[in-house]
Amino acid sequence: MSRDSALVSADWAEKNLNTPGVVFVEVDEDTTAYDGGHIAGAVKIDWRQDLQDPVRRDFVNKAQFEALLSSRGISNDDTVVLYGGNNNWFAAYAYWYFKLYGHGDIKLLDGGRKKWELDARPLVKDAVSRPATQYTAKEQDLSIRAFRDDAVKAIGVQNLIDVRSPDEYAGRLLAPAHLPQEQAQRAGHIPTALSVPWSKAANEDGTFKSDEELAKLYGEAGLDDSKDTIAYCRIGERSSHTWFVLQEILGKKNVKNYDGSWTEYGSLVGVPVALGDEPGKA
Amino acid sequence: MTTPAATAAAGCAAPDQAAPLPLSVDLEKETVITGIVQAEGGDPVAGAYVRLLDRSGEFTAEVVTSPAGQFRFFAAPGTWTLRALSRFGNGDAQVTADRGVNQLAVIVSN
Repeated sequence: MSRDSALVSADWAEKNLNTPGVVFVEVDEDTTAYDGGHIAGAVKIDWRQDLQDPVRRDFVNKAQFEALLSSRGISNDDTVVLYGGNNNWFAAYAYWYFKLYGHGDIKLLDGGRKKWELDARPLVKDAVSRPATQYTAKEQDLSIRAFRDDAVKAIGVQNLIDVRSPDEYAGRLLAPAHLPQEQAQRAGHIPTALSVPWSKAANEDGTFKSDEELAKLYGEAGLDDSKDTIAYCRIGERSSHTWFVLQEILGKKNVKNYDGSWTEYGSLVGVPVALGDEPGKA
Repeated sequence: MTTPAATAAAGCAAPDQAAPLPLSVDLEKETVITGIVQAEGGDPVAGAYVRLLDRSGEFTAEVVTSPAGQFRFFAAPGTWTLRALSRFGNGDAQVTADRGVNQLAVIVSN
């Protein structure tokens, strides 16, 4: 993968709003943004309602994912262009999720809603409906998904990247600072995890930094290209952003996103936890 | 103790910036940084992107202002920088926050 195959610019998007076979999908946790104005023709996916199992903490299964995409009018051979708010966190999560279920052609809109809005590009409130399809998903590609045992085994062995803010990494905050801090789990990070906040990979307008800047960022942070990599955050969406940078833009191999992330790891009994600004020892 | 309201915050998207503080928020523990983004003439700026930067200037969180220009963060005591981006220009403000509610305005201009 590379930047050219995984990312599209706002200019490209605006020129291809009516191109057959291209489907724009807005992904957010709070879909009031979509309802207040979205890219013309874009359908919406609700991160919580549509992508999370309503009972267990897990993803929707293959059949549910197939039903979701079919109902949104997305075909297996469509080019899906994802975008969203929160600097594309949830869109990057959906990108990873679509990859997990084997969708072929998928792209992220560079800068997401933020750049689109700051550029004063048009948003519309029209209801969008596409004819239903018969979408067929593949079994989950677990080469890009890490589970808790993978995270524990990676301590001191693989690259672990904690992409939360420095204060969350050190244990001074338990959640991103737009959310209340009262949480059940312990604060801190997985020992030996490098701290590379997702935000260092993005410009202020939400677009990704250049390949050169990104390569330098992870090189200087100490990412060892001879090792496999697991990225994590609090619930797995900011780390999807970093997974996207490492695997889809920079083309690194064997990168997994740990979607359980800190809300799972920080609640596990008996696992090691490091506090403070240093990675800590295995 | 985990309340249902606290576990409901499992996502990471920014909540409605105009909503009253949830009752589950304990102001003796939380450090709330809140205020409005204003244009130079004093008009509130809706839809501005406000980011909270920590003492080293590193990104900590970002929200979009409400129709009345409001933003709100849950931080920790200390010095923080707020940076606002909008179609009407950008602006910065600094705050030294304590536990409880800390209020300020961020003025944006081209």
